[in-house]
Formats: sequence, C-alpha cells, structure tokens
Amino acid sequence: MKRFNFVFTVIVMLFLYIPMIVLGVASFNAGTDIAVFKGFTLENYSELFVDKTLIPLLLNSLILAVLSSLIATVLGTMASMGIHSMGRRMRSLTMGMTNIPLTNPEIVTGVSMGLLFAFIGIILKTQNVLGFTTLLIAHVTFNLPYVILSVMPKLTQMDPNLEEAALDLGCTPRQAFFKVVLHEILPGIISGALMAFTMSLDDFVISYFVYGPSFRTLPLEIYSMVKKPLQPKIYALFTLLFISILLVMCVMNLLQARDEKRGHNLTHKRRRNV
Amino acid sequence: MAKELIRLVNCQMAFDDEIVLDSINLYINDKEFLTLLGPSGCGKTTTLRIIGGFLQPTSGDVLFDGERINDVPPHRRKVNTVFQKYALFPHLDVYDNIAFGLRIAKLPEDEVDRRVTEMLGIVSLKGFEDRKISSLSGGQQQRVAIARALVNRPKVLLLDEPLGALDLRLRKDMQNELKRIQQAMGITFIYVTHDQEEALSMSDTIVVMDKGKIQQIGRPEDIYNEPKNAFVADFIGESNILDGIMRADRLVEFFGRKFVCVDSGFEKDEPVDVVIRPEDIDIVAPDAGHLCGTVTSVTFKGVHYDTIVDFKGFKWLIQTTDFCPEGSVIGIRLNPEDIHIMHKSEYSGMFGDYSSYSAEYDEIADPEYTEEEDDSESREEERNEE
Repeated sequence: MKRFNFVFTVIVMLFLYIPMIVLGVASFNAGTDIAVFKGFTLENYSELFVDKTLIPLLLNSLILAVLSSLIATVLGTMASMGIHSMGRRMRSLTMGMTNIPLTNPEIVTGVSMGLLFAFIGIILKTQNVLGFTTLLIAHVTFNLPYVILSVMPKLTQMDPNLEEAALDLGCTPRQAFFKVVLHEILPGIISGALMAFTMSLDDFVISYFVYGPSFRTLPLEIYSMVKKPLQPKIYALFTLLFISILLVMCVMNLLQARDEKRGHNLTHKRRRNV
Repeated sequence: MAKELIRLVNCQMAFDDEIVLDSINLYINDKEFLTLLGPSGCGKTTTLRIIGGFLQPTSGDVLFDGERINDVPPHRRKVNTVFQKYALFPHLDVYDNIAFGLRIAKLPEDEVDRRVTEMLGIVSLKGFEDRKISSLSGGQQQRVAIARALVNRPKVLLLDEPLGALDLRLRKDMQNELKRIQQAMGITFIYVTHDQEEALSMSDTIVVMDKGKIQQIGRPEDIYNEPKNAFVADFIGESNILDGIMRADRLVEFFGRKFVCVDSGFEKDEPVDVVIRPEDIDIVAPDAGHLCGTVTSVTFKGVHYDTIVDFKGFKWLIQTTDFCPEGSVIGIRLNPEDIHIMHKSEYSGMFGDYSSYSAEYDEIADPEYTEEEDDSESREEERNEE
C-alpha cells in the first residue's frame, strides 16, 4: 500500500511538473527546434538580459505587482479590521460579498472593468483613459479579496482580550493596533501580500481589457508574441519567472507552517487553561 | 470609614433585548477587596467590563471618584485589568510585557526599569525577564499578567477569574499571594469568581449575584451566617433549607415542632425558609434530641463525615466528626443560634434538600472542574523536557 502511494505521488508530480521541465530543458537548448536537444548553452539567458524590449516590460510587471499588492494589502487589512468589528450577521454577509469576485470568471471581471473605464473616459472626455492608472486600479481590485481572505482568519483566531489588554494599559485604539494586533495578524498580512503579488505578476486576462499603449506588462507582450514562433530566450524568461514564483510560494508555505506551529502551541496552551 | 471610589447607579445591560444586568446599584470603597461572586451567566463579568470601560451600560451611571465615566474609554481610566486568559502579548518577553503600559505612558526608561524590576520582585519572577511568554507555566503567566497591570499603579485592579485556570494547590498559593499584594500596594481589588471558598477567604466585601441581580452584599461572615435567601444560602457553603412558619418573634415552627431562634421582625405566621448549616447540628441519642432520623449514607471527607439523615422523608446533610453507621437512628439538637430564618423568595424550594445527594457534590458544584486539571501537570512536564 505504501509503495503504491509513493508511485502514485510520483506520477502526479510528473504530470504537474513535466511541462515546466520541458520548458527548463528547452531554455538550455542550443538549437531552436524543441524536438532536438543540440547541446547545453546559456546563450538564451545572456540574450535575454541584453534584450531591449523584454527587460523593461519585466520591470513594468514588477512595478505594477509590487504597487498593486502593497495598496491591496493596506486596504485589505483595513477592510478586515472593519469587517471583524461588525456583528456576526453583517460579517458573514460582507465576507460572502468579498468572496464573490474570487469565483467570478476573470474574463467577466476584465470586460466589466474595461467597460467601466471606457465609461469614465467618456465622462472625462479623454481619449486615452487606459494606462498605468487603470491597470493599477484593476489589479488592486482583484487582489483585495485575496488579502481579506488571508487576514480575516488571523483576526478571528486572535484572543479578543489582547486588544482590550492593550487599551487597558493605556493604548489609544490606533496604538493598540500597531503595537499588538498587527503583530498577531502579520503572518496573514504577509501571505496575503505574497498571494496578491503573484496574482498580479502573471495576470493577463484582466490586464488585457484595461491596459493602454503607454504601459504594457510582460504577460501582455508575450501573448502578442505567441502568434509568431517563440524565440528561445522566452523559454529562459519563463524558466526564471517560474523559479521566482516557486520561491515566493516556498516562502509563503514556510511562513504558514511556522504560523501553524505557533497557532498549535497557542491552542495547546488554551486547552490547558480551560 | 474608607472613602467611596466607584459607584454603579441603576446600571442595566442588555444584549439584543436580553437583559444580563438588571438595575445594579453598588458602591466600592477605596482600598477594598470586593468580590463579585455568582454562577456563570450571572452578570459578574459584565459588571467588571462596565467598570473597565469595555462595555457601556444600556442605562444607568458609572461614577468614579464622584465623576460620571460612562463615556470614558478604557485607556483613559485609572483601572487595570487582569484577564481571565491572561491576554499576555505573545510577541513580547516577560520584561517587555510588564513594561508595556509604562512605555505607552512615555515614562523615562530608567524609571520603567526601576518599576518593572520592583514589580518582578513583588510577583516573585526575578530572573524571568527575558523568558518568552509561551515558555511560562500557567501560574507564572498569571503573575506576569498581575505585574503588567499593577506596575501602572492603578487605583483599582479588576480581576476576571484570574485563578480559574490554575490547579488547586497553585490556586491556594495565589489566593494568599493576591491578598498579600493587595494589602502591600493598598489599592482596590475588584475580583470576579464563581468559587465561594475563594471569595470567602480573600474578600472584605462579597457581592453575590444571580440572573443579573445582586442577591446580597456583605462581609464574608455576614454572607455565610445571615444569607438573605435560599440562593445565597445554597451557593455559599452547604445548607439544609426547610419550610417553616414564624409563630412569633424568636419562635419558628417546622416539622411540626416549635424551635427557639434568634431572628425577629417577621409577620406572625409568615411562611419562611429555615437554614441550618450542616456543621452546626449536634448529634445526640435518639431520645434526647429535638428530632429523630435514620442515617442513609455516610461519606468520609477527611476532617468530618458527610452524613445524610432522613427526617420524615426530608434528607439533611450533617457534617460531624462522630461516625454514625448507615441505618442507625440518631437524634439531633438545634441551638437557637444554629437556626437562621429567611423571607420566602423566588428561590424557595429550589435548594437545600439533600434527597438527590451525591458524595461528589464539591466537584459537581464547580462548573470549571474538568479532568484536564490533572493532565495539565503531565503536559507541563512534557514541556519542560522539551
């Protein structure tokens, strides 16, 4: 039985990761034909780093991802605090409403945002309302639910007396948040921010409907390139992208694992104190 | 007489139309150790939270030093709280937890250091400065919580069942410790508990509460010796409560017999509740007693025997050092001062009959009692090994 489990796990892993392995191998291939491995080379990578179009686009994507995830994290944490202090009925209603955009098809979100911005453009009587700002707004919007979703559980797990203890010891509500509550929910905030960052970095569908000629991101550019045969340096770029997202995910899992361990200790203690 | 510090005037508290506090009137003197005592859900914690500022009463006033403080937020009140589950800050070590309030108040760091060190001495936690909260035992966390509150030199310390989580031995030690700290620092303690023994041994004044109402306020001796109604008589200690009729001042009739007592001021022929404490009853030979009954069960309790005696179908609990075997017929004598008379109340007839007596009454009477108290120790050991 154990052996079967192992074999099965390996098969699933292969199934999940074979595409990435193929891509990785292709990025080191000296030839342009995917079917034939003509020898190991780093040329694709060196070509990538001197590329005049791809690197600025990657920077654009990173700027957008960092900014939108930061803004979403701040707003999402504030929203979570607000939702947390609501009554039980209002809280579950609001949580339901923030969760709906998560399940909404991306293309619907994209089209509706595109329409909204077009409408605003007409009101403002400008031709090119689409650009960096609209992309940023769109990314913050779809990132918000992820942040709220990962901060809320931390708030509900927190001993409500902690905040009261801080107030009791002379903190203003603001001080109580920064000196006590923030420390308690920080793991949730960080994992929310990382999730938002990765979501924003690789988003194509929503971006497609709200971007303008003045500001393009990497996924948009790559999508437009697909019509022509892909250059090998794109494989190199993707491999790097995959590895960096993998790293972010590893960090996130580590944080979660550490947090769970701490949470376990806490419940352990609380059980003793019943 | 000590100065009055806190007064609650007609305080009422309702959550979603459910009244949890009903017109509470209460004053608390400076330097007093006052205990709010009652079963869970009686409104004692709500009262404490109103004084702490975490709840605003639906109606009524809270006065502090004569000033109305209903709208004063917790961080501007001169009271500090020790929470039931301690609520220590897990991201700070022992020292920083205790220093928290002083640093918020922006005291100079050398003053902070002096006071935290002094406080660590008072709660016997010297040498624990750099320990993480999660590495402390329950009793140690408890003392950090007390130190964290007291270091701010509040006028009043609020304690919400602070010993509920500790095992029995530790609880006894901490009771003495708390009383000592209160006397040493000369501040007012308002203490919430459901444990009558704790209340009796520590308090200057006990406020017995049930169903959102104050049942009785008084010194521990008064509460025990002169309970106002069947609820108080039953909740504080053990009581045999019988139906009686007041035939005249200092003369009560029950079980078809007239007894001389010390209570007066009742109407003639008024139906009353008669309280007889199990330890006040003298056992004599069957023919020499006022009443005669049959022993139905005996339980050895260490100091005394819990003896259940059947008197004409009504079972009494008698605590005696004389062993009377099951089935034996005994007589009892009641002295006038052993009989306490109470007016009838809504609680009449609900308590004080030992027909369904169980030898485990102590444990059952304690809602917080769980088997876990035993295995918490073994887990403590586990942790030390880590």
